[in-house]
Amino acid sequence: MLIYEHSRPGRRAGGQTPVSAPLADDLPAELLRVEPPRLPEVSELDVVRHYTSLSQKNFSIDTHFYPLGSCTMKYNPRACHSLAMLPQFLARHPLADADTGQGFLNNMFELQQMLKEVTGMAAVSMAPMAGAHGEFAGVAMIRAYHDSRNDSERSEIIVPDAAHGTNPATATMCGYTVREIPTDRDGNVDLEALKAVVGPKTAGLMLTNPSTLGVFEKTIVEIQKIVHEAGGLTYYDGANLNAILGRVRPGDMGFDVIHMNLHKTFSTPHGGGGPGAGPVGVSERLSPFLPIPYVVEDKGFYRWAEEADCPHSIGRMSAFGGNMGVLLRAWIYARLIGRDGMRRVSDYATLNANYLAAELKKAGFDLAFPERRASHEFIVTLKKLKDSTGVSAMDFAKRLLDYGFHAPTTYFPMLVPECLLIEPTETESRETLDAFVAAMVKVRDEAEVEPDLVKGAPHTLPAKRLDDVKAARELDLAWK
Amino acid sequence: MPFIPHTESDVAGMLASIGAADIEALFDEIPAGLRCAGLPGIPEGLSEMAVTRLTQERASQDGFYLNFIGAGAYEHHIPSAVWQIVGRGEYYSAYTPYQAEASQGTLQLIYEYQTMMTRLTGLDVSNASLYDGATALGEAVLMAVRAGKGDVRRVLVPATVHPRYRAVAQAMVKNQGVELVTLPYCTECGHTLVEALEAYAGQPAAALVIPQPNFFGVLEPVDALTDWAHAHNMLAIAVVNPMSLALLKAPGNWGGKGVDICVGDGQPLGIPLSSGGPYFGFMTCKQALVRQMPGRIVGATVDKDGKRGYVLTLQAREQHIRRAKATSNICSNQGLMMAAAVIHAALMGPEGLKNVCLASHANTRVLLDKLTAIPKVKAAFTGACFHEAAIRVEDNVDEVLRALRAQGILGGYAVGRDYPELADTILFCATETKTGSDMDQYAQQLERILSRRREAPPCAYKS
Repeated sequence: MLIYEHSRPGRRAGGQTPVSAPLADDLPAELLRVEPPRLPEVSELDVVRHYTSLSQKNFSIDTHFYPLGSCTMKYNPRACHSLAMLPQFLARHPLADADTGQGFLNNMFELQQMLKEVTGMAAVSMAPMAGAHGEFAGVAMIRAYHDSRNDSERSEIIVPDAAHGTNPATATMCGYTVREIPTDRDGNVDLEALKAVVGPKTAGLMLTNPSTLGVFEKTIVEIQKIVHEAGGLTYYDGANLNAILGRVRPGDMGFDVIHMNLHKTFSTPHGGGGPGAGPVGVSERLSPFLPIPYVVEDKGFYRWAEEADCPHSIGRMSAFGGNMGVLLRAWIYARLIGRDGMRRVSDYATLNANYLAAELKKAGFDLAFPERRASHEFIVTLKKLKDSTGVSAMDFAKRLLDYGFHAPTTYFPMLVPECLLIEPTETESRETLDAFVAAMVKVRDEAEVEPDLVKGAPHTLPAKRLDDVKAARELDLAWK
Repeated sequence: MPFIPHTESDVAGMLASIGAADIEALFDEIPAGLRCAGLPGIPEGLSEMAVTRLTQERASQDGFYLNFIGAGAYEHHIPSAVWQIVGRGEYYSAYTPYQAEASQGTLQLIYEYQTMMTRLTGLDVSNASLYDGATALGEAVLMAVRAGKGDVRRVLVPATVHPRYRAVAQAMVKNQGVELVTLPYCTECGHTLVEALEAYAGQPAAALVIPQPNFFGVLEPVDALTDWAHAHNMLAIAVVNPMSLALLKAPGNWGGKGVDICVGDGQPLGIPLSSGGPYFGFMTCKQALVRQMPGRIVGATVDKDGKRGYVLTLQAREQHIRRAKATSNICSNQGLMMAAAVIHAALMGPEGLKNVCLASHANTRVLLDKLTAIPKVKAAFTGACFHEAAIRVEDNVDEVLRALRAQGILGGYAVGRDYPELADTILFCATETKTGSDMDQYAQQLERILSRRREAPPCAYKS
């Protein structure tokens, strides 16, 4: 049932709003609403019960193992939430002067400094509100840099075919043409293809490392050299930063501009799709173009650097400076785990991924890149199973839900057929990984013996297989 | 090890299974010259107790103020139930609902949200939210340009639109060669005049942006502006405060045909001020434009037993399918914030939301009367206001605001930061959260400050 179906005329959650108020008789009648909006009329208990039972129809990290590749679904520490909800932080108005928020700004400054350190970049702005938003800021800075040098013939951004869809979409939003390059058999960027496309039109290259194929680009130094010698800049997509935290830094790899996903690497909640935070870091030569605002410190006083301080900035990313509550959670997480904890993140994320890959391989699953080390994630391909039983990666994923495991990422990256991209993260125990392997084996056995059982999955969830085609053909986007 | 469950024997067993000597060996594909020795600039980890202490100290340092600033972010009562429910792990720690069968909670909640937004704004369809109101405006501008005929890369934006929204939209659209033309406002009444737009009718434009209420809190002649846009072959884009729509006319009903796209910031619906975010942006539009919409959209469908259920739909617009040809690069929505808004609105109901609007409007009028009764203070504009108003003071605005701050009062926003011609102007807001004595305190302190009287010492003898 929808909340609207619980509605009864005249029912209300008393005590939550002013009982009555003077009429707005000074406002022109033609600007007022005639009919009240059809919002639910329900009691407080109706609301609490409805949304509590809805929540129980979700898988989440708190309730299920969630090995979703490229999404870093690790435990979100509860302290980060409760401390970010301290009433002083919640009550602070974004336009209140800096002298009323030194405690908060101190936290923001510390986080900014820590992000610089952990990425090896010269400067950081935390203004972008998501990974894709950070990508936009990053590519806009690449553009601003070339423009500042009157180097305006550069019209192309190079993107490997394994990249997230946000990379090419971002390049388009920044007014660039996308040049896609292939991946070689070992999962690395194809260097010959790269050499063939770089040139005077190259504005930059966007790269995820480790890549979405779950392997580290071994030729990263050469890639940097090829792009830089052509006058282009290199962009680091931080989607997989969890794999290398404290171990190798994007700045040391030679990247000019990067973004991080704090909702991945710094354990802020995914929230059913957001809000995230996508801070950007840059090398010295790009620092004048950073998005505003960012925090500056002057003799122990913290404030936001804004238009007057940053005349060459690419500008504002949001009305009020960013997803501050998310940044607070990331700061608390960083203070909890500290310097050694950051390195442990990549250690144990990598240990878990390689262990899970080894166990699945022993159980007879095909790894997409069996000769390579897994980073913090890896790919299993179910092509043989599909060919022999007709059971697809999607069917397989849906059946895993029945066994209480959230499905790995399916059909991404697109270059591996019938793929499952699996990322266990560092916060899962060996027992959980073993149970997941057992479920994988069980589903494969079912596929071989009783394929229709798997093709019809899930069987035990609040909804059975949903009809995507009907949803798109007969659009029903709001309750009438 | 915080948040890592491995025992020593786990590690030994796992390494044996992998066939690696130690964890270090798992990084052997990374060129040795790139590896970093450590992170000396990061402090040592702290226990939860120690971090709690530190965080509480920082929060106490900031304290609480009696806040009369609005300017795009508004202080309202938020029922306890809202954030207790949103904080449940099943919402808080879930991912984007790509696996629909395992995400019916989030998906139905988005569908309920989309329904709420279409009803508030009077338009046909809503997406599942965008980053904030300012980026929603930028997306609406790009959407109008895509939807328009003949590749017209020009959009008219009144100077009464929030200056930060204009700055963000500018940063978003400039790399695609889209020009935002700023329209003048009436310095007396504080809103846009339809007569003044004729000067801009000569060149084609894709859209006209219409704020309601505008940045000064003043109501715009939205019917006439919408009709003017349509008469000149432009789309009409509304920028509204969703809370106000319990009282004010829905953008879908503005003028003869209603606006085409409506955007704004959802913060007034249950989102704490939080130094500026996270909030959420919303976008609704007419049915004909749905395929140009950016962001996630949820649709109702059925499962294989014919039971109602919900999925993400129209994904062929989005970056993970369409890549370089997507409507936007956006890959998230402000899921938790949008969840808070739908729960908040359900608790308020249509009458509750309207009462919040009326109480906020009444308080702002009362405070405006009190403040303009002070010598050296007058109302800045003659136009009718919703829950925010501007005053002019015959004094240095920054010093006045600083003096108020010293008394624990945030008196408003110095409009001169964005409008040099309004250097003497303070924009203030008094929502339903303000009591009569709060407003008296503001008026008394402002009167004292402007008349240059010192504050009486705390224990002064009072006769």
